[in-house]
Amino acid sequence: MHVIQQIAFFVTLAIAGYLIRKRALRIISNIRLGKALAIYDRKDERWRNVVLVALGQKKMFKRPVPALLHFLIYAGFLIINLEVMEFIIDGLLGTHRIFAPWLGSFYTMLMNGFEFLAAGVLLACVVFLIRRNLLRVPRFWSAEMASWPRLDANLILTIEIVLMMAVFTMNATDQLLQGHFEHYTSTGRLILSSQLMPIFSGWTPDSLVVVERFAWWFHIIGILGFAVYITWSKHLHIILAFFNTWYARLRPKGQIHNMPAVTNEVKSMLGLSGAQPASGEPGRFGAKDINDLSWNHLLAAYSCTECGRCTSECPANLTGKKLSPRKVMMDVRDRMEQAGVSLEKGGPGLNDGKFLLGDYVTKEEINACTSCNACVEACPVMINPLDIIIELRRYVAMEESGSPASWNSMFQNIETNFAPWKFPAADRFNWAKEDK
Amino acid sequence: MNIPTLAEMTARGEAPEILFWVGCAGSYDDRYKRVTRAFARILESTGMKFAVLGTEETCTGDPARRAGNDFLFQMQALNVIQTLNGYGVKKIVTACPHCFNVLKNEYPELGGTYEVMHHTQLLQQLISEGRIKMKEGGSFKGQKITYHDSCYLGRANNVYEAPRSVLSALDADLVEMKRCRTTGLCCGAGGGQMFKEPEKGRKDINIERTEEALSTGAKTIAVACPFCMTMMSDGVKNKEKEGEVKVKDLAELVAESQGL
Repeated sequence: MHVIQQIAFFVTLAIAGYLIRKRALRIISNIRLGKALAIYDRKDERWRNVVLVALGQKKMFKRPVPALLHFLIYAGFLIINLEVMEFIIDGLLGTHRIFAPWLGSFYTMLMNGFEFLAAGVLLACVVFLIRRNLLRVPRFWSAEMASWPRLDANLILTIEIVLMMAVFTMNATDQLLQGHFEHYTSTGRLILSSQLMPIFSGWTPDSLVVVERFAWWFHIIGILGFAVYITWSKHLHIILAFFNTWYARLRPKGQIHNMPAVTNEVKSMLGLSGAQPASGEPGRFGAKDINDLSWNHLLAAYSCTECGRCTSECPANLTGKKLSPRKVMMDVRDRMEQAGVSLEKGGPGLNDGKFLLGDYVTKEEINACTSCNACVEACPVMINPLDIIIELRRYVAMEESGSPASWNSMFQNIETNFAPWKFPAADRFNWAKEDK
Repeated sequence: MNIPTLAEMTARGEAPEILFWVGCAGSYDDRYKRVTRAFARILESTGMKFAVLGTEETCTGDPARRAGNDFLFQMQALNVIQTLNGYGVKKIVTACPHCFNVLKNEYPELGGTYEVMHHTQLLQQLISEGRIKMKEGGSFKGQKITYHDSCYLGRANNVYEAPRSVLSALDADLVEMKRCRTTGLCCGAGGGQMFKEPEKGRKDINIERTEEALSTGAKTIAVACPFCMTMMSDGVKNKEKEGEVKVKDLAELVAESQGL
């Protein structure tokens, strides 16, 4: 019996490992569709961001209630996963609670700690489900939160609840079995799960073993299945948030990054020194598709968990414009996914006649942005939707000359009068001659 | 007013302590020209040696860059940098957060590195150094004033305290809007929006922000940016409150308190 279980466990683990590896490679190659960019500078600040923002969730605490609940789930999941190590060792060796005899009463303390964390996770998930579906927090119901994003969120919360319930069931039956079979090592009294023991009073030890084994398998398959699931889900942020905060831009938010290719051309036009002869094709100015964006923009799109804090602070979105910074990030990810799936099947990938600009993000959306950085400030994992919006605008302005007519006149005014308005340059200093 | 230009000063073999970068709105917009003059009068009153570029000044290129036209931005920027470097400019103050941001953050990559201050930062410094002397219990004592954060000062460059400390030096009773500092709501003019009609929506952003400002009950909405000035003034007019509520730049408030 144990040997069969060991083999089954090994196979389960191998399947999960295979699926996760395959998907991880796909995600990495999707991210590599973006332009190369070396990010190695200012390591101290980057580690600081990882520690404070990802590990410490500093930016979440701008909204204390969801932050606290989120912290419960986060801490619970992180720490309870220590127990999964024991699960895996037990599963492979055919042992049961291998650490229990070694750790003695410390094991009891540890398990009780895990149970309280599990209760916290369960509670927080229930409150989150209520907030989403009954209280209908507006940011979870905006236009881009269509059927899949909503289902995805509810699935994640439900799976987490079910997994926690499996832990309690397993521990309750386990405690009842201790003393009946030598295999079930004593764990000491587990305060929370022992409350469930009366449910199973009168059950035969054999049927308890079935329940315990079922809960154990359900929990481990659930966790492995969940690990596979999140690679397809917005929930990927639990891993990528750490990477994204490391690679997040450190320049002042107001600074738009320079385009050296343009500097070169402008310098040679103005006859300034320092212009280098153009080497090869200059490439596209700005971004029309995801391969015109840098890879870190694409990583950011996979790190987005669709919380919508950005959109709920966006002045354009708040006043009913089409722009939603969250949708921009979701569009980038959807475009990557679509290209990735196509490439996997030997399809055309990005050369399918579609583009990020136009087929996913429209000009109306990007034209509504006030570049106010509210979205950037709001993101708990340091995603910068504004960078992407500017890249799209650059393509429209420089490759298509397709900016709104009034912007084109503004451009013309700057060129001819050196001011964005149609005032003669000679009048620039008149303010000093005029009255109060 | 007799404001020296950098050309005149250089011809006399002198150099200013600081260059006052006026900006396009400060030069051409009738409302913001009053701010330019107020700030210039303050600088004069402190005896600080400053100069302007006068007709040699041009657009920094900022709105072109925000709208995506980096060619035009860089054309402008490289020309401006030539002028500034030609005069050996070291230190710049400007009353426009957009110029401030570009000069401070985006010119260095193109060869123009200066010490750049926003006028609220210089005002704060001059007050704390005693070069601007605040009267005890001045004309703003007990007056409710709300301050609207400019995005390019606040979130873009983390300048939140300078304007507020100027207000507290004025003895004003600062009432914050709910969305302030890092969560301050944009006036709606940033990112090139100043130069186009807003996209279709339920409401204009400046109306949303003006409603919030009016709900504080303050009779003065203090701003520190020419675009915010336009948007908030338009909002107040739209709400037909221009009789009772004034939109003023911090430099104007300081000038008023000094009787300038």
